Amino acid sequence: MSKTNERRLTIARAMAEAVQQEMQLDPSVFVMGEDIGALGGVYGNTRGLLDEFGPQRIRDTPISETAFIGAAVGAAQDGMRPVVELMFVDFFGVCFDAIYNLMAKNNYFSGGSFKVPMVLMTSTGGGYSDAGQHSQCVYGTFAHLPGMKVVAPSNAYDAKGLMTAAMRDDSPVVYMYHKGLQGMGWLGTEAGATVHVPEESYTLEIGKAKVVRPGKDVTIVSLGMGVHNALKAAMRLEEQGVSAEVVDLVSLVPLDRDTIRASVAKTGRLIVVDEDYMSYGVSGEIIASVTEHDISVLKAAPKRVAFPDVPIPFARVMEQYCLPNPDKIVEAWSRMQAA
Amino acid sequence: MSPTRDELHWMYRNMVTSRSFEEAIAKIYFEGKTPVFNMANGPIPGEMHLSDGQEPVAVGVCAHLNRTDVVTATHRPHHQAIAKGVDLDRMAAEIFGKSTGLSGGRGGHMHIFDPEVNFACSGIIGQGLGPAVGAALSRQMQDKPGVAVAFIGEGAVNQGAFHEAMNLAAVWKLPFICVIEDNSWGISVPKQSSTAIANNAERAAAYGIPGMRVEGNDPYAIYDAAGEAIARARAGEGPSLLEIETYRLAGHFMGDAEGYRPKGEKDALQEADPIPRMRTRLLTDGVASESELAAIESESLARVEAAIRFARDSEDPAPEDALTCVFAA
Ligand SMILES: Cc1ncc(C[n+]2csc(CCOP(=O)(O)OP(=O)(O)O)c2C)c(N)n1
Repeated sequence: MSKTNERRLTIARAMAEAVQQEMQLDPSVFVMGEDIGALGGVYGNTRGLLDEFGPQRIRDTPISETAFIGAAVGAAQDGMRPVVELMFVDFFGVCFDAIYNLMAKNNYFSGGSFKVPMVLMTSTGGGYSDAGQHSQCVYGTFAHLPGMKVVAPSNAYDAKGLMTAAMRDDSPVVYMYHKGLQGMGWLGTEAGATVHVPEESYTLEIGKAKVVRPGKDVTIVSLGMGVHNALKAAMRLEEQGVSAEVVDLVSLVPLDRDTIRASVAKTGRLIVVDEDYMSYGVSGEIIASVTEHDISVLKAAPKRVAFPDVPIPFARVMEQYCLPNPDKIVEAWSRMQAA
Repeated sequence: MSPTRDELHWMYRNMVTSRSFEEAIAKIYFEGKTPVFNMANGPIPGEMHLSDGQEPVAVGVCAHLNRTDVVTATHRPHHQAIAKGVDLDRMAAEIFGKSTGLSGGRGGHMHIFDPEVNFACSGIIGQGLGPAVGAALSRQMQDKPGVAVAFIGEGAVNQGAFHEAMNLAAVWKLPFICVIEDNSWGISVPKQSSTAIANNAERAAAYGIPGMRVEGNDPYAIYDAAGEAIARARAGEGPSLLEIETYRLAGHFMGDAEGYRPKGEKDALQEADPIPRMRTRLLTDGVASESELAAIESESLARVEAAIRFARDSEDPAPEDALTCVFAA
């Protein structure tokens, strides 16, 4: 049932298209990172840019994250709008100072006189046995530290609009794309992530969540890959006569608490799905956002489906045991009923 | 310092074992991944970084090491693990994610740990340098024998961790050797566009320590250079830096289309494959006979086949074992 004017793009292509269009408009935008030139990004999100813009504006860097992310901060403060890539979020440990103490704080420290308009893009997520230094999400870590906006698209339409919005934002934006949604030939891709993307440039408001499936019995809140798991679970729940509403957070910072609260006020029940570690993270924050606001809307204790507090194991059986999936979400509903 | 006949046989054996092992892994890696390649599938899922072409570095250095010496390696660890004497059965099982693996399947191919031979590796660039320096410090403080070697790729020298570790080792005069495997590529980025100088051994001057570059991916020359550096470390004379020219015959990881390689580079590298070259030299030097080499080759292959069989026949871990081992037992 494909419509004639449909332009189905992968998230990788949608990201690259957003950057391409913005670079055509704005000479201060440039891209740097490892393997973003000839290779077009390990996750394809800069493909084709080197050919069009050349090595001055599409810069492969040495494996020197402390230097080039620090450099992006300096360039951003000096009139450029860098888009910086580090291919796996797991690798940020080596350069975190430049991120959370510089990029995220200089606007504040300077009383707003130094702006840091940069985008830091990175992949998240596992599920394909790449073990504990190549599969993490650490959404909560970035969202916890004040001063950086954090976005995580679940589909190509949002991916393009968020990228354009991020490049135009005067604050630093951490752009976290999930490997399992990206559309790389060598890795499976969740079908629902590849959707129609308008050709012209457009923005999606950062800090706005979306109700991607309306329902009345339970609210399932998630982001990135978790949204697809939530949608699958919602279909299964529907077979049981349960109407689940699914909220795609889209942005973690700012967090759209109003949309979450409105949904839970309607359904009275909340399940949060997060591929990041369970404790001290997104799932706890979402639940707190509801309960501290108005606990009386809840008909049952909220439930979380998140990664247990262990490093991500390599062996498939162990990793799959830990990851959120539609079964676990349906089961969380059942536990909610049993309680 | 020249290798003895026994050492040369050992070196050749380990090069062949490593190559046979990786050929076996490469073949099995594609099981379940055809006709549609998806890294998540098959008996060996996830990323796979092969070291074929780089075997001379591993054997030239490890010929001078014993079980008590410490090695840290990278995301491309098989050749070094084999040369260091890591248990091949349990390493294979780890790569398959089996319960009998060195880590019970928790680590996989980028996280090979064998305490019996003091070997560890990890997947983040430059990460092994600090731990190797720390092991050297521990040996010095405890007055225990042994040296520590950190193997890194040439791409890793541009990490801050490289500079910090080198200076620390030098200022404390630790029994530490940094061995840079220069295969001239960091994924798709060539060395000359990421590194300001051609010869990273020159960086040793910044730490007041000896530095040497070895050209040609030649196990004999590597043996000589490593022998000198390791002897210095054992004698309490402090760290050294070696940069060794080597070749990555395959892609960065399996599934890499290698569109970034200049035309003809791969063919030229195949021509320079160090294993047939060493074989020819062993024969012309009269250090090994045809039948001795054939025996080494068939024994190595049998050893690899046994390890692969062990891995295949082993059980998967229990899924809930994922929750164990987070803290010390
Ligand atoms: C801190 C960090 N940044 C980036 C990466 C991604 N990465 C994995 S291997 C690699 C290239 C490494 O090149 P080199 O050190 O020369 O080793 P080689 O792969 O050639 O053996 C990169 C950039 C990483 N693992 N860790």
